[in-house]
Amino acid sequence: MTRYDLTQLPLVKPLLKSRWPQWIVQVIALAGFIFAIVAGLVGTPVGSHNFSIVFVWIAWWALLMLVAVPLFGRAWCSICPIPLPGEWLQRGAVITPNPKGGIGLGLRWPNRLRNIWLQNASFALVALFSAVVLTQPSITAIVLAAFLFIALAASLIFERRAFCRYLCPVGGFIGLYSQVAPIEVRVKDTSVCAAHTEKTCYVGSADGYGCPWQVFPGGLAKNTYCGTCVECLRTCPHDNIAINLRPLGVDLLVPTGRKLDEAFKAFIMLGSATAYSAVMLGPWGAIKSAAYSVGTAAWAGYALAFLAFVFGALPGMFLLAVIIGKSFSRLEIVSTRKAFTALAYALIPLGLTAWIAFSLSFVFANVSYLWPVVSDPLGWGWNLFGTAAFAWTPYFTQIIPALQVVVLVGGLVWASATARQIAVELKFKTLPALPVIGFCFSATIGLLWLLIG
Amino acid sequence: MNTVMRTGARHWMGAALALAALVIAFAPAPSLAAQPIHRHFRIEASSFEYTPPNITVNPGDTVTLELASTDYVHGLYIDGYDLNITAEPGDTQQLTLVADKPGTFRFRCSVACGPMHPFMIGKLNVGANWLLWRAVGLAGVAAAAGLWIVRR
Repeated sequence: MTRYDLTQLPLVKPLLKSRWPQWIVQVIALAGFIFAIVAGLVGTPVGSHNFSIVFVWIAWWALLMLVAVPLFGRAWCSICPIPLPGEWLQRGAVITPNPKGGIGLGLRWPNRLRNIWLQNASFALVALFSAVVLTQPSITAIVLAAFLFIALAASLIFERRAFCRYLCPVGGFIGLYSQVAPIEVRVKDTSVCAAHTEKTCYVGSADGYGCPWQVFPGGLAKNTYCGTCVECLRTCPHDNIAINLRPLGVDLLVPTGRKLDEAFKAFIMLGSATAYSAVMLGPWGAIKSAAYSVGTAAWAGYALAFLAFVFGALPGMFLLAVIIGKSFSRLEIVSTRKAFTALAYALIPLGLTAWIAFSLSFVFANVSYLWPVVSDPLGWGWNLFGTAAFAWTPYFTQIIPALQVVVLVGGLVWASATARQIAVELKFKTLPALPVIGFCFSATIGLLWLLIG
Repeated sequence: MNTVMRTGARHWMGAALALAALVIAFAPAPSLAAQPIHRHFRIEASSFEYTPPNITVNPGDTVTLELASTDYVHGLYIDGYDLNITAEPGDTQQLTLVADKPGTFRFRCSVACGPMHPFMIGKLNVGANWLLWRAVGLAGVAAAAGLWIVRR
């Protein structure tokens, strides 16, 4: 597979090896994050006029889902402000490594929880309350502050970035979708790593920290758990780390490391994109009211329906497709569980394009709220940059539906090709992949109907 | 010989899929012309829905929308037509348009009316939604194309 090491370009390696550029961006992000919490607590309760809602759920979300994740994978994680305070305390340093270390118990994360089931649960939990989280500044502030404090506590109790790796609801899906990104951090020559007894990329050195994500770069085969923090680039004494430009989606075809928790993340994400398209962008007021009325019987019904759809109906229908496909193959050496888990990776490009299509509608209809909020972030009547009176204007409404078709149909091509390749890899050949491709087709039709129907 | 034949068949299949996609995407939609008429709809806006949420007209119809707000100030902005009206509680406002753009268009509240305001959405259907039908056809081609692009 063709790859190009971006560190060969002039300036790229010095820029990445220096701590300052990354640190400056992180500190700006942390300042924005804290300001979002403050704005949510003291600013106007009108979401569309409050920095916390407009910058987090429109501007940041647009950048994340339309640019960062598809093109740069986990790049957001490399500048995310949430783990910073805890990490600074844990390291006893803000920038360069401190040989004395910092504070904290440094416990190992429990073996039984070394998976992303907790991230699956945390995403589903936030999703159940999304109608209020996305619209009420004070609730957004509380959720953001909770992330900050949980990350801080995790850093003080456990070693390295336990929050990012095992708890963060956002990091879970970024990791899943980073498998399709055209960027990867990999070693250039694994034999160099094998011969390097000090393993400074994992334990750290005076030049940088041991991998905060608890990953040994020499064994990296997928992007999923690499936070692209490039500490390994700094600590490798043999210049053996590459930042590769690569073909899209190659991780999906890596047969090792496929797991049921990641498969379920694919269902959760595809199901959530579908549910959000119905709740947020559909014309059904009763569903919106139910999603918003947290604590009521209507909300309980909505929550149950959401969970049943995401954790029951979608995986159940997919399992049926896998069983039907398997019956075509007369091949018993592959278990149903293995086939189900492997073929679920075909849903990753489909889910990503579903989120992009959803975000196109949501973001371009509402992004004009940014201009007044830039001038009046708290909704207190300021006009800092003269844009406070800019009127709400939906952008590109004529072309967004066609763009959504292109994105969703492209995702289906990708999912279909991935399903076929995984089926061939499992020795199933083509026919057994057809029911899974049929599932992907049906999911796409459902999304098309919700978004442009 | 067998490989050459298989490669040839793959190319033909690829060309057929591309042609099918082009035809589905760009073939002129059949004209189901009905005599244009003047239609009048009363739309009640309340937090956070429109009643009725779906309005269907024929291409060429002259459509008058009467927006009545039952609680707070609400607006009605029609995507694609770029038209907007607002109504105070207890008040009604009207707009009239000629439905000269076929397709399905979202209309959405244009006045911050409460927490779920950005999601207060309805639909204006002008004739058949050919974009959706074309998309369904393209999805069928896409599913087949996924099989085709993978080399054995």
